[in-house]
Amino acid sequence: MDLFEYQARDLFAQYDVPVLRGAVASTPEQARAAAEEIGGQVVIKAQVKTGGRGKAGGVKLADDPADAEAKARAILGMDIKGHTVHRVLVAQASDIAEEYYFCYLLDRSNRTFLAMASVEGGVEIELVAVEKPEALARIPIDAGTGVDAAKAREIVAAARFPESVVDQVVDVAQKLWTVFTGADATLVEVNPLVQDPRGKIIALDGKVTLDGNADFRHPEHAELDDAGAIDPLERAAVAKGLNYVKLDGEVGIIGNGAGLVMSTLDVVAYAGEQYGGVKPANFLDIGGGASAQVMADGLGIILSDPAVKSVFVNVFGGITACDEVATGIVQALAMLGSGDTVGEAERRAKPLVVRLDGNNVVEGRRILDEAAHDLVEQVDTMDGAARRAAELASRA
Amino acid sequence: MAIFLTESSSVIVQGMTGSEGRKHTSRMLASGTRVVGGVTPGKGGQQVDFDGTGVPVFDGVAEAVAETGADVTVIFVPPRFAKSAVVEAIDAGIGLAVVITEGIPVHDTTGFWSYAQGRSTRIIGPNCPGLISPGKSNAGIIPADITQTGRIGLVSKSGTLTYQMMYELRDIGFSTAVGIGGDPVVGTTHIDCLQAFEDDPETDAVVMIGEIGGDAEERAAEFISAYMTKPVVGYVAGFTAPEGKTMGHAGAIVSGSAGTALAKQEALEAAGVRVGRTPSETAVLMREIAG
Repeated sequence: MDLFEYQARDLFAQYDVPVLRGAVASTPEQARAAAEEIGGQVVIKAQVKTGGRGKAGGVKLADDPADAEAKARAILGMDIKGHTVHRVLVAQASDIAEEYYFCYLLDRSNRTFLAMASVEGGVEIELVAVEKPEALARIPIDAGTGVDAAKAREIVAAARFPESVVDQVVDVAQKLWTVFTGADATLVEVNPLVQDPRGKIIALDGKVTLDGNADFRHPEHAELDDAGAIDPLERAAVAKGLNYVKLDGEVGIIGNGAGLVMSTLDVVAYAGEQYGGVKPANFLDIGGGASAQVMADGLGIILSDPAVKSVFVNVFGGITACDEVATGIVQALAMLGSGDTVGEAERRAKPLVVRLDGNNVVEGRRILDEAAHDLVEQVDTMDGAARRAAELASRA
Repeated sequence: MAIFLTESSSVIVQGMTGSEGRKHTSRMLASGTRVVGGVTPGKGGQQVDFDGTGVPVFDGVAEAVAETGADVTVIFVPPRFAKSAVVEAIDAGIGLAVVITEGIPVHDTTGFWSYAQGRSTRIIGPNCPGLISPGKSNAGIIPADITQTGRIGLVSKSGTLTYQMMYELRDIGFSTAVGIGGDPVVGTTHIDCLQAFEDDPETDAVVMIGEIGGDAEERAAEFISAYMTKPVVGYVAGFTAPEGKTMGHAGAIVSGSAGTALAKQEALEAAGVRVGRTPSETAVLMREIAG
């Protein structure tokens, strides 16, 4: 999960990383109150999980509380690269003498962590990495030993921070490491890390990504989740415990196993090239042991997506037996038919193409044949079923 | 021969008394695996009966290894206990630790990976289905009856695509199929498996299945081009995955322009690997080589 800047700022403050005074506001009036509280000149910063907000007009200086209210009114509701601004961060304004860059991240390739630091901060670090790679220090960090004072000095020396701020940056580097490990982050980035005119080091903007797998030891992370910002169908799926991603096509997809479902999306997209360019409408992995209830929950969400014109259920019975899956489909259709989650007309318009293979496939196919449901059609191969689902979607 | 797992492998199961551990121990035994013990702290001294086969439970891995001579452990413990379970296995000096558990925090995985460096344990997984050398041994949750012994090697990030491919090529058969797992950090990589298959006299050709996220496939392509003499056929899943969305597996995410399926396919093809557009097409490509 990616955090908003204000959430990252709060997290930094909890770990004693130096940040400026600030408060989040979701109305112009709240922004005014925050500006009064902070006093003096403030910066109003749009809270969106995308870059380039400065260029888009999402960051403005305000001289006094009335100005803060006006600027917040202008920024709230803005669209920045498809992200609507629902909140602003009202932060104490700071004069900047120097802008630096500092981050810790997971280095998948080397199966360890990496510190990156540069005295050329404030700009897109990807550009620095490409245009002046020598200006970006990269120091691997062993997960077993982490960042102690000596390691922090190594990073700071490699990035050639000026002597006058070395001790401060070494201190901040260690504190950021405690943020990184303490919060189970996969990214903690400070850009810019600034030196103010009095020589003080401050984390001015932060980006943090948290590892969802570690939620069990961070109950406090639950409140950071921006549930309102995600697609309503994705929210409904999360509530049902389903692994669902909304896409922009017309063929609803249900399968078992992340790899097979990703593959199913691709195969449908290829098949769709022959049928007017129809595409997969979603990713939905129902995992192993697909019970009737899970199948019903999944089908319910997919059939309630108005963009879906046909559905492809692609199951390879590994541990799961195909006869259980087939029974699940039949029961799921019965459950949906008797429930009020999906209207009769909607279901009528959405045929299901089912491909079963693997464990107990003969029995599974027989169950579906015998049920002879008017919406269900079986195709023996994955590629053939994808073609049929794409064809049905293109006709609807 | 096969790789990593043979008929002489002696397997213990950490978390054998839990529901998943019990279910899959039963399946491993049924497929002929020599399961010699289980480990559950506090339950040492008990026996678990699997259709008439009594399997002893030990309190710790070191004790289980000392008593049974086990050289493989399959780990089913829940995410919050997984790191200490793997560290315990490493400390016991076991040769292979297969971590089935899904949902382990990446700080824990990098922790036990780091701990394993310079020690004698190979880690497979986490978040993987394990590995099978059909007809010899099965360590994990891969269904044993999909395929038979043969001369194709298989390495895959995905469990179900492993099953699909084993099924498509079941008449030819496999030496070993390794599910390396879908997490961003895994103990055994495509390259480790490719190297082992290259060295294995019972493997003639390799199917390599990748997916979006990271650069493991690109690195594997470099390895293939530099070191592999045996033919490799590839498949990559996730061409239609949008940027920035995790697709089921914790590691399956395109970040910016990094980790795309297209980049992986192009890297593999540049290394001379034929890449199928669908799993079935990939099986056909392998059939042309190994059929």
